[in-house]
Amino acid sequence: MSGTTLAFGQALLLFVLFGIWYVLTETGVLAPFFFGRPFKVMQVIWTWFASGKIYPHLAITLLETILAFAVGSLLGLGIGLWLALTPLASALADPYIKALNAMPRVILAPIFAVWFGLGVTSKVALGVTLVFFVVFFNVFQGVREVSPVVLANARMLGASKRQLLRHIYLPSAMSWVFSSLHTAVGMAFVGAVVGEYLGSAKGVGYLILQAEGVFDIDTVIAGIFVLTVFALLLDFIVSRIESRLLVWRPKTAETEAM
Amino acid sequence: MTSAAPAAALGLEHVTCAFAARGGQGRYIAVRDTSLAVGAGEFVSVVGPTGCGKSTLLNVAAGLLAPSSGRALVHGVPLSGINARAGYMFQSDALMPWRNTLDNVTAGLEFHGTANADAVPKAREWLTRVGLAGFEDRYPHQLSGGMRKRVALAQMLILDPEILLMDEPFSALDIQTRQLMENELLELWSADRKSVLFITHDLEEAISLSDRVIVLSAGPETHPIGEFAIDLARPRDVAEIRMQPRFNELHESIWRVLKAEVLKGYAQSRR
Repeated sequence: MSGTTLAFGQALLLFVLFGIWYVLTETGVLAPFFFGRPFKVMQVIWTWFASGKIYPHLAITLLETILAFAVGSLLGLGIGLWLALTPLASALADPYIKALNAMPRVILAPIFAVWFGLGVTSKVALGVTLVFFVVFFNVFQGVREVSPVVLANARMLGASKRQLLRHIYLPSAMSWVFSSLHTAVGMAFVGAVVGEYLGSAKGVGYLILQAEGVFDIDTVIAGIFVLTVFALLLDFIVSRIESRLLVWRPKTAETEAM
Repeated sequence: MTSAAPAAALGLEHVTCAFAARGGQGRYIAVRDTSLAVGAGEFVSVVGPTGCGKSTLLNVAAGLLAPSSGRALVHGVPLSGINARAGYMFQSDALMPWRNTLDNVTAGLEFHGTANADAVPKAREWLTRVGLAGFEDRYPHQLSGGMRKRVALAQMLILDPEILLMDEPFSALDIQTRQLMENELLELWSADRKSVLFITHDLEEAISLSDRVIVLSAGPETHPIGEFAIDLARPRDVAEIRMQPRFNELHESIWRVLKAEVLKGYAQSRR
């Protein structure tokens, strides 16, 4: 199937799903009170963007996401590299890292709200705890998986410890980090929205919380749609950066255009 | 066996390498009491059955592995740490996959602090010499096996090491590419005679390239069991030299020693 036909098919599938939703709620098979109405939902989204009411909320949510993503990734990268290269430290920290990772970190949200208030910081903190472990484990694995031959070769070529870190461990870990960035961006988003949902004065999560308080299911669904679209957008941006930075990575069956 | 003479560029003296055996019980002695020497400008090959600890010896000579006892000497000086006067060509791909051809070749100079402006022209020159001009921007995965070996060769030779350590560098190549690479290696080597320690399990390759061939016993406890001077005239063509009667004589006499070890090694691998 060619790209355009596939895209058409995918659009058609979306249309059909909306159609089913519309018919089921209009005929009363599904109660509109619980399942919303597709046109109502789209109307809400339209008003949000037309009136500009959504922008400050979106800006806050995206800011929280990006900060959580950046801080969590950098911490994961730094601590991952450090622990992977210091066996003693990693052996000492191992059970605690496992425990922290096993802990459902969303329950930290109330604590962060107490520590950092209801502003941006508490959401970023929650996102960081989610992002950190995704990146951390991948960096750790990436360093462990460095080819011993490539490493020995670099040493024979005269690389110092610092140069090994910069030219061997880091690039090797980066390819693992990038494969985790999609998950990491998603996690940062989850941190931001869940944080807002549990207590905030701004953000898309706050809009959803408000709407839910008055049983306005259409607005809740509209909020979910907006979040989904922006999550896809962030994922797309990560893909673009990834393909830009990882040109060296072999793809299966690669031919060149003549 | 010759022990390392003072003039030798590279010497191993009574090297023994023991590893913790798999399963943690006892020790596995890969190499026992091995002494060998490579003279300045000499091309020495070491042949032995697969899995007999040839690479272990090379890693000791490179300073990548400290022997359990014995020592490696470089121009008579005991080696500690990485052998900075040696270049190492590995059996498997050792190029940095995230660097393109040019950056892989400049890597050694970069590690030694050479400015990029000096390193790049030198790398281009080496790439031309190994026949890869025009492939500067390719990444290792975009090159064929033979091309990757050429890059590895340029990467090693750009640092102008006095000693070349080569661990079955061409074993993964098809026979035609392999003979081309062997001829190229001989040509580069004859230009400025470096001391070469060449590891292989291919006796024909060893004879056609070397001044001297050392035969190792089957593992464990590998040690040299024979040494043969190869008195074939240079310059050589590795494809043509195999037709010479003298080549066959040498092959026959070395094979007589090697065959028993190969069979021993085979029997062990089947156990």
